[in-house]
Amino acid sequence: MRLMELQRRMAAHVMRPLTRAENIAPRTPDGKSMRREAAEFIKPNDRLKSIERLQIYNRQYWYRLLDSMYEDFPGLCAIVGQRAFHRLATAYIADCPSRSFTARDLGSRLEDWLRSNPSYASKRLDLALDMVRLEWAHIGAWDGAAEKALEPQDLLELGPGLRMALQPYITLLKLSYPVDDLRVQLSRAEEDHGTASNAVRARTHRAVSRTRRLQPQELYVAVHRVDFTVYYRRLDREEFLLLEALRAGRTIGSAVRIAAAAEEKLETWFATWAELSWLCPHGKGRRCR
Amino acid sequence: MPANRFNGFTEYGIGVGLRIPHYQHIFERKPVVDWFEIISENFMVDGGRPLYVLAQILERYRVVQHGVSMYFGSAERLNRDHLKRLKRLVQRTGTPWLTDHLCWGSVDGRYTHDLLPMPYTFEAATITARKIREARDFLEVPIAVENVSSYAEFHMSEMSEWEFLNEVVERADCGILLDVNNIYVSSRNHNFDPFEYLRSVPPERVAQIHIAGHSKFEKYILDTHDHPVIDPVWKLYDFAIRRAGPTATLLEWDDRIPSFDEVHGEARKAEHFLTAMVGA
Repeated sequence: MRLMELQRRMAAHVMRPLTRAENIAPRTPDGKSMRREAAEFIKPNDRLKSIERLQIYNRQYWYRLLDSMYEDFPGLCAIVGQRAFHRLATAYIADCPSRSFTARDLGSRLEDWLRSNPSYASKRLDLALDMVRLEWAHIGAWDGAAEKALEPQDLLELGPGLRMALQPYITLLKLSYPVDDLRVQLSRAEEDHGTASNAVRARTHRAVSRTRRLQPQELYVAVHRVDFTVYYRRLDREEFLLLEALRAGRTIGSAVRIAAAAEEKLETWFATWAELSWLCPHGKGRRCR
Repeated sequence: MPANRFNGFTEYGIGVGLRIPHYQHIFERKPVVDWFEIISENFMVDGGRPLYVLAQILERYRVVQHGVSMYFGSAERLNRDHLKRLKRLVQRTGTPWLTDHLCWGSVDGRYTHDLLPMPYTFEAATITARKIREARDFLEVPIAVENVSSYAEFHMSEMSEWEFLNEVVERADCGILLDVNNIYVSSRNHNFDPFEYLRSVPPERVAQIHIAGHSKFEKYILDTHDHPVIDPVWKLYDFAIRRAGPTATLLEWDDRIPSFDEVHGEARKAEHFLTAMVGA
């Protein structure tokens, strides 16, 4: 057997979902006994059969990647419930195995996958999708690239033809549910988890219970960071549209026309964005930390 | 011997792994630590807090990079995007040498994020050594490969694990990150003499040593890095440094992580062996 053949064969079994009892599947997809399959390429020892040795790796794979999903998508877990989340995450990883050297990217295809597999979100698909988008944006805001922010001299040529860009780490989201509030509550409960008091448990329980009562509400959110901490900032509709236009490379002149209905807020918005270092020069930016 | 071409001719002492639960302690108390080992992949990002933390650490401490996903033993080619990101980090940290594992973990572009055991064949040694050379040439930094803990062996193997390690490092002309805990774990899982393993390792290639704790189950031992180092592993460490000399040593503690002082205290137990060896 060549190296590539062995690795394909073993990886197929390692990456196959565990049974409900968290054991390796008893049969291969083509019906062959897994016991016989494992024995063909893995040696047994005096304590473990070949299949048991393979099972150690099969379990490690799933425990590790499911842990990563729980860590990255606690809000989605709260919305669909722990058991359903386990099923969802298992099906997602089986369909979309990691294609990156870092598990940080594991959830990159979750939104698209969930749209194609809505049954995993039960009757809460829109809510679940909103949370997935928010939580994936959170990861991008945490360690995404930053360009050097606009400085006063960049604004010397301020005029309708000027273009400016938005920091790469910022994600603009149009949401149908206030999942930002929910996620903040869950994070607070999680941070307090170390104390393990009844009050903390009650707070977590309240946050989870709240998901059942969340009512649809159209809102606009920028997921960004300040001093290396991630924040969700709610935006006016026109503010959101204006930022989207700037990000798309529209000139300031054409972008502000989109927000003409809120003209009196323009100055405040630009001042706030400048304060938050959201704006950077258009075109090839000067990357900073 | 400890300062050699595989660790950039450095003489680092006892380090600990840089872990998130210790950040606050390190920044507030600024403990004296010989060096920190960072997991490369945690800092191969475009920005944000990870790089900010790294910059703070680099201002005060020496850092060595340790990777977990290069997968030199995977039959597929090296991931160029990975290498480019890694090189940017190497330039940022100035790591005098770089380590990753003698294992595989990806196939056809899919990643397991695990350290899967190699079949000990000449074909595997050739492929692995070629990839180590390619990575070293691209990264322009010495590379040392770490022996992993394993729970399975393959029928197709043509040699022992230590013979395979030697075959790879000789062909790649690279260093060894000798993990004595992993040798202990594998020796128990596969019924071999860990001292025979250590006697076969070329001491002149040992760039660094890892020590760690593990978990015992009924039928096997799992490399969990969640306990103090046990006495039999310290004995292996003592044997290893008597052969290789006072080598840069790092304690790994990755799960159920206690206070920084406890982890650092456990690491500094290695000083007892180093001092005894130098005095002998």
